[in-house]
Amino acid sequence: MLVVESIRAAHGAIEVLHGISLRVQAGEIVTLIGANGAGKTTTLTCISGLHKPKAGRIAFEGKDLLPLPAHQIVTCGIAHCPEGRRVFPRLSVAENLALGAYTRSDKDEIRRDLDKIYGLFPVLLERRSQLAGTLSGGEQQMLAVGRAMMIRPRLLLLDEPSLGLAPLIVQRIFDVILELNRQGTTILLVEQNARMALKIASRAYVLETGSVIAEGTGAELLADPKVQAAYLGDG
Amino acid sequence: MLDTLAQQLLLGLTNGMVFALIALGYTMVYGILEFINFAHGDVFMLSGFFALTLVGALGLQDAQGFALFAQLALVLVLASGFGALVNLLIDRLVYKPLRKAPKLAPLVSAIGVSFVLQNIGLIWGALPLDVFGGGGQPAAPKSFPALLPTDNLLGDAALTLQLKDVLVIGASLAVMTALFLLVTRTKLGMAMRATAQDPQAARLMGVDVDRVVAATFLVGGGLAGFAAVVYALYINTVYYQMGYQNGLYAFTAAVVGGIGNIPGAVLGGLLLGLVRAFSDQFIGAQWQPAVLFGILIVLLVFRPSGLLGSTAREKV
Repeated sequence: MLVVESIRAAHGAIEVLHGISLRVQAGEIVTLIGANGAGKTTTLTCISGLHKPKAGRIAFEGKDLLPLPAHQIVTCGIAHCPEGRRVFPRLSVAENLALGAYTRSDKDEIRRDLDKIYGLFPVLLERRSQLAGTLSGGEQQMLAVGRAMMIRPRLLLLDEPSLGLAPLIVQRIFDVILELNRQGTTILLVEQNARMALKIASRAYVLETGSVIAEGTGAELLADPKVQAAYLGDG
Repeated sequence: MLDTLAQQLLLGLTNGMVFALIALGYTMVYGILEFINFAHGDVFMLSGFFALTLVGALGLQDAQGFALFAQLALVLVLASGFGALVNLLIDRLVYKPLRKAPKLAPLVSAIGVSFVLQNIGLIWGALPLDVFGGGGQPAAPKSFPALLPTDNLLGDAALTLQLKDVLVIGASLAVMTALFLLVTRTKLGMAMRATAQDPQAARLMGVDVDRVVAATFLVGGGLAGFAAVVYALYINTVYYQMGYQNGLYAFTAAVVGGIGNIPGAVLGGLLLGLVRAFSDQFIGAQWQPAVLFGILIVLLVFRPSGLLGSTAREKV
């Protein structure tokens, strides 16, 4: 479904991705783990078009994404729920969700998806007329995921959805990720919480300073002593 | 005394409306690009020249009754369209290529564009047209014909309320209401607000930020064109430096209200108009700039982000 082939990307003069390759098959949950600065977020921004790599190839369902601007990649069926949530703080919860459906014009289906998201996150329904900036961190994360789902993507890119959240909320977010996947959304997940990510992942890639250093199924990497030592804190 | 107060209140409101209309253009562009378009006042000025040329071409100074109002409405619409297109053209030719340059580059370019537009105003004013007095003195103020009847609508009352007062206030309020609805109720307006708050996140929602920027320049330029006709009808003069002076006041109004904030621009414009009128009446016209900018400085010391500006930028 998604093919990323030896992409190289730089922030200014500093190259941060030295030829990353990865694949995501339809229906999978694939996770990227690795330390801060390994290039996980940059990989996602290259896929969604916010950052353009210097070299390499990115194709989604056979279509070359590199020449497309970010707002057109959205219409291909890729939603990117960015690091730090990035909800629109001075728009209401309902307006934030409406922006998720910005590219769509199927009114009845939008209504149905909105009901579905309010069903998954009842707190968003309660607070629909509140400004997003006044929500708690966990609520903002739910809004960010809901907003991305309003795009009705076939592939959802999730960047650090557990960052800074209480364990209970993290569990809730991961349950929702699994539920969305069961309903047919393919997921590419970037996570610092490697243990939780590997537990739900079909496959995983380990990134270190801009390169893929290991890959395998979630279970394989969980059992790998090197991964345990470096990322699971069992060393 | 009461009549004097009421008269100054009316004068302040009408002037304030013009400032507010221009201030909206500054504040909307700033809201999205965090960039002060210093040439904005000169778009207002050129629209004034355009309107006067049109008035001459249509022979509006001799029109009366329904024909006058219908053609005046046409002038309003065409001048707004002219302002919108000029503003968009400036963005595409000058500012857009500098979008990723350091912030000082577009700012200095805007000052340059301002001079270029003023010179276009001078050249325009040199055209041998009757409305420009033959074009012999390009820099001299051109008189804009008093198209509207000047009778006092209140009869013999001491307070003078002319048709042009009603028209200026009514038309400005109508345009501001339309803008408010555009920004709060339409998809484009929602995209504008989202882009102003977080352009990257807006792109991830499928918003074509480039088109939103274009729409913002169109709307801002349209408001400046509209303001130019209102101003010309009211003050009965257009001249090549009118954009510099009124633009400075309108920019001040936008800062007082909280730059980037749309209701703030309207509030700041009205406030500036009122302060100006009362200071002229009770302190003396020669003190006008000192009073206005004195108040601005004091206000910014206590509220650095303006009256309605948020005290801190919300970045999560």
